[in-house]
Amino acid sequence: MSRKANDINRSIMKKYTPVIKVIPNLRNAKKQTIKLSEKTFEKIEKAHNFLTDVADVFLFITRLTKETFSRDFEFREFLRQCFQVGYKALPLISVTGIIMGLVLAIQSRPALVHFGAVSMLPGMVAISLIREMGPVITALICAGKIGSGMGAELGSMKVTEQIDAMEVSSTNPIKFLIVTRVLAATLMIPLLVLYADGLGIVGSWAGANIKGDVTFVLFFSQAFSQIQFIDFFPAVIKSFFFGAVIGLVGCYKGYTAGRGTESVGIAANSAVVLSSLLVIIIDLIAVQITDMI
Amino acid sequence: MIVTQIPTIAPAKTNSDKQVIEINNLRKGFDQQEVLKNVSLQLFNGENLVVLGKSGSGKSVLIKCIVRLLNPDDGTIDVFGENVSSLNRDGLGELRKKIGFLFQSGALYDSMTVKQNLEFPLRRIKKDLTQKEIDEKINEVLENVGLSEALDKMPSQLSGGMRKRISLARTIVVDPMIMLYDEPTTGLDPVTSDEISSLINEVQKKYKTSSIIITHDIECARATANRVIMLHDGEVYQEGKLEEFEKSADALIKSFFK
Ligand SMILES: Nc1ncnc2c1ncn2[C@@H]1O[C@H](COP(=O)(O)OP(=O)(O)OP(=O)(O)O)[C@@H](O)[C@H]1O
Ligand SMILES: [Mg+2]
Repeated sequence: MSRKANDINRSIMKKYTPVIKVIPNLRNAKKQTIKLSEKTFEKIEKAHNFLTDVADVFLFITRLTKETFSRDFEFREFLRQCFQVGYKALPLISVTGIIMGLVLAIQSRPALVHFGAVSMLPGMVAISLIREMGPVITALICAGKIGSGMGAELGSMKVTEQIDAMEVSSTNPIKFLIVTRVLAATLMIPLLVLYADGLGIVGSWAGANIKGDVTFVLFFSQAFSQIQFIDFFPAVIKSFFFGAVIGLVGCYKGYTAGRGTESVGIAANSAVVLSSLLVIIIDLIAVQITDMI
Repeated sequence: MIVTQIPTIAPAKTNSDKQVIEINNLRKGFDQQEVLKNVSLQLFNGENLVVLGKSGSGKSVLIKCIVRLLNPDDGTIDVFGENVSSLNRDGLGELRKKIGFLFQSGALYDSMTVKQNLEFPLRRIKKDLTQKEIDEKINEVLENVGLSEALDKMPSQLSGGMRKRISLARTIVVDPMIMLYDEPTTGLDPVTSDEISSLINEVQKKYKTSSIIITHDIECARATANRVIMLHDGEVYQEGKLEEFEKSADALIKSFFK
């Protein structure tokens, strides 16, 4: 794909020959030529590379969507990937979930004590966990853990011709490798988010109990009495998007990796960078949308 | 002016003259260079065609074009009378089921055990096999490549030569009608090389496969070739029987047969 794009690039570059004829100057009727610097061409090339990249991504997504809804879904591989995604991220998410709640509770407590509103603590912590902290932090961790894993795995499969080998075994690698991974991430990351939310609340109970004294049941019921549908629903929806983006970017970067071994590292690294960035951007958009409702 | 007719080379006697692969004026280049400039060749039913050529002369590119892992820039490739470039995804899938492709790099699936590696094409190409038949088939090919004990190993636990043999096993396990071997004996010791060469011959006899064998290993070529083609500079440099190559006075060819 990008090789084709490169060809197009080069043919465009050929048209902009580095020398441009300028209309003959009247005073000294000699023809003059001006030279465009190398930098100008680098910029033109960069712009083209960026545009072809965008086009590549769109083609990739269209193809993926088509394959997702076509027959012969690879169900076994899908289940395996779900397990992989969940299993790989679980320990990390558990630790961060608990610490997230703990820190949040410890940090907010003094301020609430100051206003004499300690009883608000469970509800406040739960809302900020469920609305924002849980989804975003889980997604960022998964971008690092799962996105990079997918980028590296698919990248190395590409480099060592395993993807080609699948293709000659008349298996559609997009269906087998990518559709399953993207769907697994889309489905599992919201579950991981809920899990992190849950542990976060347990953590915040522990945090509140360092200085205060509240039973878990009371803490829990106080927390959930404050949570409404509107806190919960948009967060879940946005988690699905986080999952989809992490899967998509990881798979795209891996699948389009170059030919050398170094491209595996590049794929993994750029998968993390791009998916983290997109997670934050989606979060921003989601907050704006929820705010309007 | 006298026009001398270039004699066309008849394939081995046992073969019927039917072509299974016909390539005409194939051209394929990449960003920086033109790899195949003008390649025409035929593979006849039941023969072993050995392709020789310097490293980088485009041998792997040639067979990748046959299964359309790479799209040719120009020229036609017909396999079983079907133009490969005009096939849609399903048609291509059907065609690929008939072709076995041994990758130069082996291309074993790292995340699967040897057994799963062999099961993968079997399950996808021969859908009506029972688990028992699959297991039997896997044991049989592993025995053929002399690696029965590797069944439950991961590819990372195997040596380079063992990987090569497992990937050969993975290729022949589905009994393809055409085999494309990319350097089947490179990196193997002479004894194992000989075994692989005779395995190639055995496959040819047993399943009546037609094969293209890319190799630098003259011993392997001697053991398997019915006909030889040499690629040079993006074109077919010479075509003929192995004996003709060995007797050739051409410097380039001689350097291969030292
Ligand atoms: N996918 C690709 N993209 C760009 N260039 C490629 C690609 N595949 C092959 N080439 C180039 O094509 C040329 C021929 O490669 P090929 O792998 O066919 O050589 P070969 O004859 O098989 O050599 P060897 O005996 O070393 O395997 C090489 O110069 C290689 O760099
Ligand atoms: Mg090669």
